[in-house]
Amino acid sequence: MDVLIPLPVAIPLLAAAFLTAFGHFMGPRLDDVIGLAAAAATATISLLLLFDASGHDLVYWFGGWRPRDGVAIGIAFTIDAFGAGVASLVGVLVTAALAFSWRYFDEVGTLFHVLMLVFLGAMIGFALSGDLFNMFVWFELMSVAAYALTGYRVEEASPLEGAINFAVTNSVGSFCILFGTGLLYARTGALNLAQIGHTLAGHQADGLVVAAFALLIGGLLVKAAVVPFHFWLADAHAVAPTPVCVLFSGIMVELGIYGVARIYWTVFAGVPETHGPGFRAVLLGFGTAGALVGGTMCFLQRHLKRLLAYSTISHAGIFLIGIALLSAKGLAGSAAYVLSHGLLKGALFLCVGILLNKLSSVDELVLQRRGRELPLTGAVFALCAIAIAGPPPFGTFLGKSLIDEGATALDYHWIPLVVTVASILTSGAMLRAAGRIFLGLGASSEPYLSEEPDEQHEVEREPGRSQYLMLVPVVALAVAGIGISLVPGLEHHTEAAASRFRDTHAYVDGVLNGHQPHHAVLNFDLLTLTAPSVLWGIASALGAVLLAVAALNRERLRPGVVKASLHWLNRGLDPIRALHSGAIGDYVTWLVVGMTVLGGLFAVVVR
Amino acid sequence: MSYLPYLLAVWIFLVGLFGIVRSRNFIHLVVCLSVTQSSTYVLLLSIGYVKGGTAPIFKDVKPGTKAVDPVVQALTLTDIVVSVTVAALLLSLAILGKHHAGTMDPEELHPMQG
Amino acid sequence: MTRRIRLTVFGVAAAGFAALLIWGTLGIPDFGHYRGRYGQILNHAAVKERQTTNTVTAIVFDYRGLDTMGEEFILFASVTGVALLLREQRKDVPRPRDEVRNEAVRAIGICLVPAVLTLGLWVVAHGAITPGGGFQGGVILSATFLLVWLAGSLRTYVRLTPTPYVDLTEGTGVGGFVVTGLIALLIGMPFLHNLLPYGLAGKLSSGGSLPILNWATGLAVTAAFLLLYSEFLEERSFVIAGKHK
Repeated sequence: MDVLIPLPVAIPLLAAAFLTAFGHFMGPRLDDVIGLAAAAATATISLLLLFDASGHDLVYWFGGWRPRDGVAIGIAFTIDAFGAGVASLVGVLVTAALAFSWRYFDEVGTLFHVLMLVFLGAMIGFALSGDLFNMFVWFELMSVAAYALTGYRVEEASPLEGAINFAVTNSVGSFCILFGTGLLYARTGALNLAQIGHTLAGHQADGLVVAAFALLIGGLLVKAAVVPFHFWLADAHAVAPTPVCVLFSGIMVELGIYGVARIYWTVFAGVPETHGPGFRAVLLGFGTAGALVGGTMCFLQRHLKRLLAYSTISHAGIFLIGIALLSAKGLAGSAAYVLSHGLLKGALFLCVGILLNKLSSVDELVLQRRGRELPLTGAVFALCAIAIAGPPPFGTFLGKSLIDEGATALDYHWIPLVVTVASILTSGAMLRAAGRIFLGLGASSEPYLSEEPDEQHEVEREPGRSQYLMLVPVVALAVAGIGISLVPGLEHHTEAAASRFRDTHAYVDGVLNGHQPHHAVLNFDLLTLTAPSVLWGIASALGAVLLAVAALNRERLRPGVVKASLHWLNRGLDPIRALHSGAIGDYVTWLVVGMTVLGGLFAVVVR
Repeated sequence: MSYLPYLLAVWIFLVGLFGIVRSRNFIHLVVCLSVTQSSTYVLLLSIGYVKGGTAPIFKDVKPGTKAVDPVVQALTLTDIVVSVTVAALLLSLAILGKHHAGTMDPEELHPMQG
Repeated sequence: MTRRIRLTVFGVAAAGFAALLIWGTLGIPDFGHYRGRYGQILNHAAVKERQTTNTVTAIVFDYRGLDTMGEEFILFASVTGVALLLREQRKDVPRPRDEVRNEAVRAIGICLVPAVLTLGLWVVAHGAITPGGGFQGGVILSATFLLVWLAGSLRTYVRLTPTPYVDLTEGTGVGGFVVTGLIALLIGMPFLHNLLPYGLAGKLSSGGSLPILNWATGLAVTAAFLLLYSEFLEERSFVIAGKHK
């Protein structure tokens, strides 16, 4: 089984190299076929690794360099259930995106597929790696491929800015990661995660550890689009082609969150004072800010891709909340949430892709009523929008209920409320857009929505594509996303995997000493429905529908008081809107502010 | 004096960021980004230095002689490649900006607000 | 935010950030007194185990070969990205006549080309023995072609570097790295395990499969930079042809 481990990284990279080398000498359809085949093979192998890893963690030393005298001298892949799960999700989403973009990017020859395959390989490498610098290398590869994919089809000035903002902000984030890696190497003399954790464990955190932690976590939070590092995401999404947006929102942002969890539990969890309520509060603060700011900005968008992008920012805040609880339930909740969110968000973006292809616009107001000729797309879009709010027992319900239970177990009773409000805002915005586009409801102008996006650059090249062919990957993702919480045994497996993920001692033992105890996990119970979770879930879904209805009927809201207060609310949101200015200088400034705040808070909490 | 290289790395990092924040020209911005990245080279290489150590090349020198840390040098090599590649991509985007908007000024590109 | 506000906010934040970073770097061992075991173990072991006298190259291509594979693909992805971004701009633009006419420049160029070529090949070949390696040598080799343009003409440069063959070289270079790793997998060893006999330290054939990876990298880097130069030179000729104000 070990022989499979390097393959999810090697196969897409080799396929990309092959397409570059022989692309000029091959026939026209071959790049689509090879790309799709490589992605599907990678997804399959990742799933196989997932089944293997649910029994015991897999450790694989590249080049055969095993640790010597307790010092790791080679690079290891350390695969546990979450790592393999993330890798599988990557594989599935890339396969769906490539299936959707069949014949989409013909005029660039093989370039698009090459970049997608490299992107795939890099994301999987990041998910599986157990070495800090190796993670950085995959992180950079993933970023470079993403910058290039975003800038594709750049034909107007606005889109250009999205790609540049993305590239500059994320690059600064990776410099922070590198600086932090350097600091840790200086202290511990190691780059292997287990070894660094082993060396740091038990020693009181001094300035170096605090700074390294802030830099590493902060850099990863840039990728994870957590407030205040989030500004680049909406700009990048507005620009990137739709299949690429699927990957950005579905899994790239989530990899940042995964990185935070992985690095925290392997490297820093052994340091004293990193488990207390103060520490939790820091991460909870950032997560909550992200959830609420993202949700608010989401509701203020008329550009569909930016709307979905802000909803990703909001959900990323919720992922961070789950991790910030530092408990097995919270972590399991985030993992399950990431899974269902990735599938559903992918389906939503592909629906927008169909709208773009058929109707040549992504502006909610321009598309009003024109979606009536695409009823199936509309139905899927609306279903996914509701499912992402987590009505029991569908969609993101499992993830949210685990996070809620974890929060209440630690007496953070306000967290389920925050999560629900964020869900209501984001799903409400999506349902409002669906109602307007597919049913023609609502006024034809809304003063509170952001300004009109440029129309010219969103022109599709192949209007003759069949809607039904494009719907195949959409429906596949939607069904998987909606039904995921019902998979028997998922709840138990996720919680068990989360407990193992948090066990730093066992991780270090497994990597450095090679002890891998086998965990028998043969539980196929359906998920448990607790009353509070069910209530919160129903509240989210129902609230979203009500909010959408209210928004679409804004003109008819009876009491003048309601209208007046909405007007003042709109004015009050102007500062937040103004912050999202699109200027790169502003974004980098907020990045530095965020880093400093993060570092300062850690310093206070950990000493 | 033994702390100076690290202070230098911090200074370069911040100077680069300052340049990015107040930049009015994309080429200038890309170069500032490279400057920021070069601070990581300084940090890594300074960390690995061993007083009185030779380069970790043992062609004419007996293996086992005191040498500087080779791992950070390998890391810096990777770092430099990353820097070059990101700069190349950003410069292409800058070129495209000039083609379509006629401007190289980040502030003048029509920002996507809100 | 207006510029004033932005710079003020940045100033305050940067002061705090600087404090954080300085506090962090205070914990680093004094300059010159680094005692990390990782580097020391490798310094002592590289010659014995892999017969390579250049420890850094041994790390880059053997001990931490996976990092290098990723790094090569970063270069590969970036060049593909540049090609993707700059592709549409120059359809149907006549290439300007930009030939170097000064005899002295051409003469020096003609003399330098073989010299630089030899230097590049030498640096790549001796990667395992003395400072150098695939990356360094690859850049020098690509400079050879750049000299052809500098001392000659764009037309000559383009004739010498036809895109399909440069792409082939690049793909073979990065693919070769992955294939070498996979071959190890096929014979039952971990990915990227060193396969060939190690030879003697100091000889050109030392290091086992290290020279293969070294040359693969050299090819890939050369080709990648050639593609980059092509793209940017084409842009330049586009500008010269007056398509820009």
